[in-house]
Amino acid sequence: MSLQHVTTTVNGDATEFLCDAAETLLDALRDRLGLTGSKEGCASGDCGACSVMLDGRLVCSCLVLAAEADGREVETIEGMAGTGELHPLQTKFLELGALQCGICTPGFLVAAKALLDENPDPDETEVRYWLAGNLCRCTGYDKIIRAVLETAADLREE
Amino acid sequence: MRYEAPRTLADATGMLASCQGTARVLAGGTDLLVALRSGLVEPELVVDIKRIPGMADIVAEDGGWRVGAAVPGAALGHHDGVCRAWPGVVEAVELIGSTQIQGRATMVGNLCNASPAADSVPAMMAAGALARIAGPDGTERDVPVGDVAIGPGVTSLAPGELVASIFLPETPARSGDAYLRLIPRTEMDIAVVGAAVSLTLDEGGCCTAAKVVLGAVGPRALVVEDGAAAILGTTLDDEALAALERVASAAARPIDDKRGTVPYRRKVAGVLARRAAHIASRRAGEKS
Ligand SMILES: Cc1cc2nc3c(=O)[nH]c(=O)nc-3n(C[C@H](O)[C@H](O)[C@H](O)COP(=O)(O)OP(=O)(O)OC[C@H]3O[C@@H](n4cnc5c(N)ncnc54)[C@H](O)[C@@H]3O)c2cc1C
Ligand code: FES
Ligand code: FES
Repeated sequence: MSLQHVTTTVNGDATEFLCDAAETLLDALRDRLGLTGSKEGCASGDCGACSVMLDGRLVCSCLVLAAEADGREVETIEGMAGTGELHPLQTKFLELGALQCGICTPGFLVAAKALLDENPDPDETEVRYWLAGNLCRCTGYDKIIRAVLETAADLREE
Repeated sequence: MRYEAPRTLADATGMLASCQGTARVLAGGTDLLVALRSGLVEPELVVDIKRIPGMADIVAEDGGWRVGAAVPGAALGHHDGVCRAWPGVVEAVELIGSTQIQGRATMVGNLCNASPAADSVPAMMAAGALARIAGPDGTERDVPVGDVAIGPGVTSLAPGELVASIFLPETPARSGDAYLRLIPRTEMDIAVVGAAVSLTLDEGGCCTAAKVVLGAVGPRALVVEDGAAAILGTTLDDEALAALERVASAAARPIDDKRGTVPYRRKVAGVLARRAAHIASRRAGEKS
């Protein structure tokens, strides 16, 4: 099987890799580029642990072919923190204990950031619907939802 | 498996037509990638149509809207013109999956996947939408959406053909549409029953045109002619809506499975048809 040559931008950096035609973007990020922050929880689009931004849209990277990323812009959890400084959502997740095992956390953070970029003032229902495609087996969701709402409030005050 | 991302429609149909083995079109991939992963399909060729110019566009045409085959749900939901003209179609598309799925899933993929429970299909059919089918050697034909998905997982597309766009026609004055589905949760599940209604009222609030379509209660979305007849010429009073509920229940041809029994699905089909008609008529009234 011939390998596909992909030229793409990941977290602002020009990147190249070779992949199989049937390989998912999630597998390429993790296994070819060493970006293991995006997780595989289900590989069927149900859990959101693999959430990334593709050309500015929130998607499940397990449902994207790696070859599709050619010429596109990918943003992953690894690009979320600034140099030496966590994103306010990350800080708030830590402060409120919005995670336990942490498998779901990168997906929740990427998805929550996408929400706040689009709607800086969501109500609780909007947050819950937006994050309905992110599953968490540990926390019971409440702390996650509260962390997103509080971060949104903090960012609005800045 | 080979992956191709052609830059023209002619190249895409040409590649599909000349492939000796199984070929699949890739739109948002939210069905196809799951099928690939589970080994349900093992295509020799996957043709990604998202790089074809214009495929992701929504364009005004003859008073209606032409929606390209690569337009994801998230883009449709942000399009004011389509949201105003066909709120029922938009709400059906927006029910598909989560925010992440909406970033990718297309209306055409929902149609061509040909699931009997596909949410957008009954709504498109009630809207009288047409699918533009492109074939090899540059042919194009327009067919009613209801003629594309003809059974579970089966479409009427010939080898080498693909759906290039969906045309949502102009809405007459005082028209409205609506789509409702029942799922056991509030998000992220497959319809137990879906019901779409599209209708037009005259100045006195009397129904002059109607289409009623049910999903997930047969091998393909089901047009309920008697349902339209039950509300035509009425003001959608309680009696007319009760008649609609009865005939929609009777028309449903559901199966028993873990999502619902036959009697339950029949009952729900009637209830959802009645409620969708009520919402559609309210929307029609608001657009007078
Ligand atoms: C977590 C999850 C939740 C979901 N929830 C729902 C739901 O609530 N309701 C629902 O109805 N569906 C749901 N789905 C199914 C799926 O998201 C939808 O059917 C979606 O609309 C498919 O669109 P797509 O663009 O991703 O299609 P793809 O996966 O790209 O394609 C689907 C099929 O259609 C074919 N195809 C695609 N485009 C064309 C074309 N232009 N011409 C010819 N053939 C074509 C493909 O070859 C493939 O066989 C869900 C899926 C997931 C993973
Ligand atoms: S791993 Fe992609 S949604 Fe679960
Ligand atoms: S913290 Fe364990 S799955 Fe969410």
